[in-house]
Amino acid sequence: MTLPSGSGVRFDATALGVFAFFFVLITVLGFFAARWRRGDLSQLHEWGLGGRRFGAFVTWFLLGGDLYTAYTLIAVPALVYAIGAYGFFAMPYTVFVYPIVFLTMPRLWNACRKHGWITSADFVEGRYGSRGLALAVAVTGVLATMPYIALQLVGLEKVFEAMGLGALGVGRETPLIVAFVILALYTYSSGLRAPALIAFVKDAMLYITVIAAVVIIPIKLGGYGAVFDAAEKAFAAKGGDTGVLLKPDQYWSFATLALGSAFALFLYPHATTATLSADGPQTIRRNAVWLPAYSIMLGLVALLGYMALAAHIDVKDGSMAVPALINASFPPWFAGFCFAAIALGALVPAAIMSIGAANLFTRNIWRPYVNDQLSNAQESRIAKNISLLVKFGALLAVLYLPTKFAIDLQLLGGIWMLQIFPAVICGLYTRWLRASALLLGWLAGMVLGSALAWQQGLKPVYTFVFGDAHYGIYIGLLALAVNFAVSILATPIAAKLKRESQPDRTQALDYQDAAAG
Amino acid sequence: MGRLRRFLPVLLLIPFIALLWVPFYNRTQPTLAGFPFFYVWQFAWVVLAALLTWVVHRGWRA
Repeated sequence: MTLPSGSGVRFDATALGVFAFFFVLITVLGFFAARWRRGDLSQLHEWGLGGRRFGAFVTWFLLGGDLYTAYTLIAVPALVYAIGAYGFFAMPYTVFVYPIVFLTMPRLWNACRKHGWITSADFVEGRYGSRGLALAVAVTGVLATMPYIALQLVGLEKVFEAMGLGALGVGRETPLIVAFVILALYTYSSGLRAPALIAFVKDAMLYITVIAAVVIIPIKLGGYGAVFDAAEKAFAAKGGDTGVLLKPDQYWSFATLALGSAFALFLYPHATTATLSADGPQTIRRNAVWLPAYSIMLGLVALLGYMALAAHIDVKDGSMAVPALINASFPPWFAGFCFAAIALGALVPAAIMSIGAANLFTRNIWRPYVNDQLSNAQESRIAKNISLLVKFGALLAVLYLPTKFAIDLQLLGGIWMLQIFPAVICGLYTRWLRASALLLGWLAGMVLGSALAWQQGLKPVYTFVFGDAHYGIYIGLLALAVNFAVSILATPIAAKLKRESQPDRTQALDYQDAAAG
Repeated sequence: MGRLRRFLPVLLLIPFIALLWVPFYNRTQPTLAGFPFFYVWQFAWVVLAALLTWVVHRGWRA
């Protein structure tokens, strides 16, 4: 049975069979992961950081699988499909990320390893001796992660939709709930080891999917030159701020979105968690060199948006552009394979995100404010339950709230995440800024960022107009600038009011690589 | 050379300059294999930035 063209949906038993096969394989792997590099999973650093034993190779797959999510694979080409070159800000974004990681994350890893810390909020508390600032960092991380998990489920939903499960009479809820329950169970039992092991299979499948797509589809469409020409024609017909090149009005927003997103990425709990699970600072540096391989893939995936235009894929919802293109270009068995790759691309990050949020919640919210007498085993058990709760919340949000809600919140989440930059990243180098000043700066950034985004109708960019010139600036960066200004100005005042600051539990040497490494 | 090595991370600023200077690469010509220059430049910098990071990684002694 084939549904009318235009919806992008195709029901096919072969596709569904291939999809189900890989899904079952992954589930088995997820549960098996508990035995992989066996550790005592009743310890939080074993469950939530995989015992900090992942070498360069595993970390590469884990971080790659973590950062390039199903939502990215659907949303980036969707944006390119809808408006063109502007959606490519994801490329400079991923170029900027790795030099930043290379310089900052080894320092964070060293300090955290030395003191047994497992979250960025742990570090902030140890560095500044301020529970309040640590709480701000933890709350920001948990808040920003929830909608991100929800969006992974949205990505999953698109895949199910494209496979025509709706036509089977299966509601949209059932497959999502099944996928969620499987994910929740193996994350609960295996912790970070599950997504690490699954990431191998998922990333291999994703590379096969992308390489096949960017080789085969353009051949069918007459080469890349023809793809770009066809996209340009489609945009010309559409009008507005679209095209395969940027409009001059888009220069500033393109550049600041890329820069701001790059600063925010490694502040997210799922990125921090995957980074801290590495076995050493050299592993992180090596990954900063080799992770850009995924950025090439992301760029190629973004081009799928143009290919969808060139193939005359006409979908109302841009998120369906890639699934529809897959259905239109590949035989059912390979379409099933591609959909499985994207679906797993949702489950790996969703698992890591829920673990990252659980680590933060348990360590930095539950332990200091609810019960500070936790044994290690209790701490690990609470984190496992929180990871369930976080995923359940995301599932409810996807099932019962409009998708736009999750997308808007995720946008705000990026703006919020940037506001812990002064405390975490500057804190790796200097303690000159006082904790109370940083807290004030964080508050100013959070309020201003949210208010500006709200005022712009939940758009990420604020436009300054000088005469005829328009400068669109990413709101996250604007809020960060205010955050910095407040932190810097308030520091001398804080120092005057209270001469002694809380003790710093780190020493300069804690940030350096251990002598042997 | 020993002294200069401290400043090796400065190399990591180059990709930022190359990609934040948007008007420079927002053009169609020259194309490569059908790709407008806008895309060629961005893909090239993914590779070049990784290469620079590798150079810093090999040579940097703080």
